[in-house]
Amino acid sequence: MSADPHGRLPSAFTTPGSASFVDFLAAHAPELLPAGRPLPAGEVPIAPHATTIVALAFDGGVVMAGDRRATAGSMIANREIVKVFPADEFSAVGIAGVAGLAVEMVSLFQLELEHYEKIEGALLSLDGKANRLSMMIRSNLGLAMQGLSVVPVFAGYDLDRGVGRIFSFDVTGGRYEEHDHHGVGSGAVFARGSLKKRWHPELDADGAVRVAIEALVDAADDDSATGGPDVVRRIWPVVATVTAAGYRRVEEQALGGIVEALAELRRAEHARGERRPGRTAPDGAR
Amino acid sequence: MSMPFYVSPEQLMKDRADYARKGIARGRSVVVLGCVEGIAFATENPSRSLHKISEIYDRIAFAAVGKYNEFENLRVAGVRYADLRGYSYDRADVNARGLANAYAQTLGTVFTTESKPLEVELVVAEVGDDEAGDQVYRLSYDGSVADEHGFVAMGGHAERLEVQLAEEWRPGLTLSEVLGLAVRALGAQAEGEPREIPAGQLEVAVLDRARPRRTFRRLTGGLLEDLLRGTAS
Repeated sequence: MSADPHGRLPSAFTTPGSASFVDFLAAHAPELLPAGRPLPAGEVPIAPHATTIVALAFDGGVVMAGDRRATAGSMIANREIVKVFPADEFSAVGIAGVAGLAVEMVSLFQLELEHYEKIEGALLSLDGKANRLSMMIRSNLGLAMQGLSVVPVFAGYDLDRGVGRIFSFDVTGGRYEEHDHHGVGSGAVFARGSLKKRWHPELDADGAVRVAIEALVDAADDDSATGGPDVVRRIWPVVATVTAAGYRRVEEQALGGIVEALAELRRAEHARGERRPGRTAPDGAR
Repeated sequence: MSMPFYVSPEQLMKDRADYARKGIARGRSVVVLGCVEGIAFATENPSRSLHKISEIYDRIAFAAVGKYNEFENLRVAGVRYADLRGYSYDRADVNARGLANAYAQTLGTVFTTESKPLEVELVVAEVGDDEAGDQVYRLSYDGSVADEHGFVAMGGHAERLEVQLAEEWRPGLTLSEVLGLAVRALGAQAEGEPREIPAGQLEVAVLDRARPRRTFRRLTGGLLEDLLRGTAS
């Protein structure tokens, strides 16, 4: 950071025009931006990766949910990581990819939206927010090519249209609007399959929360990098709804109830399957 | 080539100070008052978009009088300063004292080195957990800083307002009471009946200590009218 010889705020602070915090950082302190630090040569050591996030729309808003596992190679690096964040009052962002960079990107994105709101005295449009995020991912392309990629999913309540909308991104900063539901991360293949079957247009907020958790449970069933609900430590996925009333994280207690009910349902289904005639017992005897 | 006339440094500084003071006194007053709920800001301002009172950070707000383009520039600088600090350290490490110092250096340097001083007067306020923890800094055009307690009036007929506020303000007033006091003080005239200022002509905001994270909120419309009538819950 360049200091003024008289001790006053440097000219970058008083330059009028930009309401973007990222642009301000790029001009004044580029070393604080993820893309502003050159990578040293060589292999990047194994770093924690964050995995599955799902988002789905319901009548009057969107739900976003993420599991709590971070993996480093075949090891579990963290079982309580949070990957779904409020981007501002009316939007949420979930992240998959290299955890350290992703969390840094989220805090920069949150600040970018808040900074604009304070300087302009108005909220950005939902498309405007998604475009800012896509620009930030694009500037991360150099790191992505070294294997340090971050893939977010962004969802929010569009105050102008009165609907919940979901956006997905690719590593080059491409921005795509998703209809109804979407998932990212290593378990997304299984989660999306589950969403496809369970989502329907008449879902309300509670129903959408249930479908989101079910999708994560299905992802955890088949993907080792996705953590299912931990009934021993009582660690539940992070689930948030965004509606006209703003961003709300679903209470732990409510999640506990949904997880228990779902487990009960699946136990019963499993037991029915066990009793089916002609089924092979575990030791192979008929 | 003609020689410039000699002007003593005292005279030079006095002329600059007079120039800045005249510019600041032309505008309308802003009052800042501590209360149980937080710190209240009020001014007469018919514009809905050109604000004199704004949010800087979670618990910090900014109020200014004088030339709009000059204090707007300082406000944007303050938001950038606070956001940069919060990003490189932590949100809890952004405080009003640091920002007040940065402003004081800026105002002081411009006052002594540039051809024209900034015609602004600022308040940087940070709300604490209780009234004793509130910090209110008042910054003048020449970079001088004052740590104020309870209330501040600046711009317009600031001296007359200060007298009235000193008489009527005391610790422990509610938000509704201090807003009533603020509107009475802003409407008071040197002679004759005080003016009645309608709620639509007021710019009012509060740093609400009960709110989590971002404590700044503007009070407008029905909510403001209820508060002024003293009927808000």
